[in-house]
Amino acid sequence: MRTKSSTDARRRQTGRRHPLASIALITIGLLSTGGAYALLTTTASAETTTATQQSISEGQKLFAANCATCHGMTAAGTEHGPSLYGVGAASVDFQMGTGRMPLAFQGPQGAQKPPQFTQQQIDDVAAYIASLAPGPGIPDEKWLTGDSNTALGGELFRVNCAMCHNVAGAGGALTEGKFAPALKGVEARHIYEAMVTGPQNMPVFSDTNLTPQDKADIISYLKFLDENESVGGYSLGSLGPVSEGLFIWIFGLGAIVGVTIWITARPN
Amino acid sequence: MTTAQETTTAPSRGSRFTSAAANYLDERTSISGITKELGRKIFPDHWSFMLGEVALYSFVAILLSGTFLTFFFEPTMTQVHYDGSYVPLKGIQMSAAYASTLDISFDIRGGLLMRQVHHWAALLFVAAIGLHMLRVFFNGSFRKPRELNWVIGFTLFILAMAEGFTGYSLPDDLLSGNGLRIIDGMVKGIPVIGTWISYLLFGGEFPGEVIVPRLYSLHILLVPAILVAALGLHLLLMVINKHTQYAGPGRTNENVVGVPIMPNFAAKAGGFFFVVFGVIVLISSFFTINPIWNYGPYDPSPISAGTQPDWYIGFLDGALRLVPPGLEFVLWGHTWSFNILIPMIVVGIFIVAVVLYPFLEAWITGDKREHHITERPRNAPTRTAIGAAGVTFYAVLWAAAASDILATHFHLTIEAVTHSLQALLIVGPIIAYFVAKRSCLALQKKDREIALHGYESGRMIRLPGGEYHEVHKELSDYERWRLVDYLDYKPLMVRPDARGRISPMQRVRAAFSRWFFEDRISPATRAELESGKEHH
Repeated sequence: MRTKSSTDARRRQTGRRHPLASIALITIGLLSTGGAYALLTTTASAETTTATQQSISEGQKLFAANCATCHGMTAAGTEHGPSLYGVGAASVDFQMGTGRMPLAFQGPQGAQKPPQFTQQQIDDVAAYIASLAPGPGIPDEKWLTGDSNTALGGELFRVNCAMCHNVAGAGGALTEGKFAPALKGVEARHIYEAMVTGPQNMPVFSDTNLTPQDKADIISYLKFLDENESVGGYSLGSLGPVSEGLFIWIFGLGAIVGVTIWITARPN
Repeated sequence: MTTAQETTTAPSRGSRFTSAAANYLDERTSISGITKELGRKIFPDHWSFMLGEVALYSFVAILLSGTFLTFFFEPTMTQVHYDGSYVPLKGIQMSAAYASTLDISFDIRGGLLMRQVHHWAALLFVAAIGLHMLRVFFNGSFRKPRELNWVIGFTLFILAMAEGFTGYSLPDDLLSGNGLRIIDGMVKGIPVIGTWISYLLFGGEFPGEVIVPRLYSLHILLVPAILVAALGLHLLLMVINKHTQYAGPGRTNENVVGVPIMPNFAAKAGGFFFVVFGVIVLISSFFTINPIWNYGPYDPSPISAGTQPDWYIGFLDGALRLVPPGLEFVLWGHTWSFNILIPMIVVGIFIVAVVLYPFLEAWITGDKREHHITERPRNAPTRTAIGAAGVTFYAVLWAAAASDILATHFHLTIEAVTHSLQALLIVGPIIAYFVAKRSCLALQKKDREIALHGYESGRMIRLPGGEYHEVHKELSDYERWRLVDYLDYKPLMVRPDARGRISPMQRVRAAFSRWFFEDRISPATRAELESGKEHH
């Protein structure tokens, strides 16, 4: 009380504003810009999320039976697995849809394997996780058609993805046994979800970083690579000069040395 | 029979024309002397003597396909917007060099095949040179009088790599641009003058706009001109020095046993040219090489995972990948990049050692004789061991260039791959040296045993006394020759010179000689062979 009266007194004396006023002003400013930003980004978001209560409860049962050992009964995470609050339906669909979850073993990176659940079961778990906290949802079909601008997609791919996934999507090594997987034959939906959620060692490419249209372009480029066989013949794994060098030494020079032996052979 | 008689009695019109034309040429050029010499050059029949030819023929394939490519390639870095047939690059901004390479690949008939022929032939060219060099090394075919031809051949190897690298960079795609960036980094790593050289090379800050036309001049003009000249000299010296041959009955240091060039060998070699060309075209038709359309135009910001140079530059890239961290520091206002200098120095020493090896060995052995009989690798254990160590060293550096691909494809961590290769780079050559040396000595022992006592025939006989005995099958004289006809060196004895002193140089040389020849298996002598015969 005394403090207040003294400040009041000082205010009257100096005729200045309350010292907390500037703080309040900054708070209001931050809140409004942040709110506007959040509003704008949510309007630019490309996901569709519709889930029934039944689906959510089915998902919860599946989660409790198959995922809770590591992620905890409430999906809040344990020392063996991260919390799943806010990871969204997209993350669940990607991780379970590509067979990475449930993990075969704890290692540097979850390996891709045949999915362990039906799509209906995966959708249920996704609905349950999405119901816990808001997060990226399943992408809209219109971004996944693969008929957008492949040239722009190629350029975005080279700038954003090629340093780990290789320029032809053949995959590459990361540190400590982690790796960026090859992208051949990956479903458009999973590519989109991976960009939005940043699974395992991959960074998140949010909608402000790569807009949904950009993501659709990248998907179109990858689909182009998938659908169009290498024009120059067999691609040797798209691994570049290493496989080319091995090939010429083993098969090229090998064949020719065979010929030299044949030419100089004398009849016995 | 009848035709032969006819031609001797009345030459046909065709042969009359041939002899008239030959006479016309000879009267004006005196070419018959050269033809006589060349036409009677003798080639011994052994497959390993044809590896140099493979290199020569792939070089011809490179020249032919390269000429085709120059018709359509635009060596400028002028920026254009691509408007060709490859959809995923339509409208993208790129250099004219890259755009014209895309046009060669997609819009010019036969262009992609020619590009692939050019590139595959280049890889084969350097690989064939490498194998040819290994043959010459392990056979001791670099000894007097062929030391100079070894140096010329080595120069050809370096020039081939220079050709390869300049060509690799021309399309101005992302992969080759990354390669150039590494070269730029290596140049800038040279203290004091590095930055200046880099600016000179690129005409300003990397990548600039002049590097492609400059590399183009080097690639199609300067380097090929030197290469062809060195190649001519290499072949000329081969004719002058005559061909080496393996030891065998009737083969001495003074003769060459084989077939003359004319007519059979020329026909065979001509056919072989088409076989090599055919293999290259077949590979080029079925297997992609350097799919530049995947890589996209060069732009300094992106880089692709799995970026590697072509195989023959791999050992340099590997050397850079194996350098441990923390070797860069600032001193006297300059950055000292020992992470770049150390690999450059180590690889430089390796290269100089390879080129000087014939002279080093000649100095150590003190052998001033001419050698026209190739040695079997086992009969020169120390040289073979040194070669094995060198090959291992090179191979580890080479593997290191693919460390990331080794990691992903064998499910290893890249750190484990790098550390293993670092250790192998030191330990590998040492192990290879001892394994090779001991193997050579063991093989020599076995040869000596066979020369003295013949092969084990597997036929057991029982003597009247009850003793069992295996019959040894004796070698024919022809077979034995191969096993006993080799040079037996002994370590150099240190002897005082005229003034009664022993120079330190003499001591060093004696020590090297001891290292070379201390462990040796002498060939079976005549007396031993005679007594061996009596036994069986």
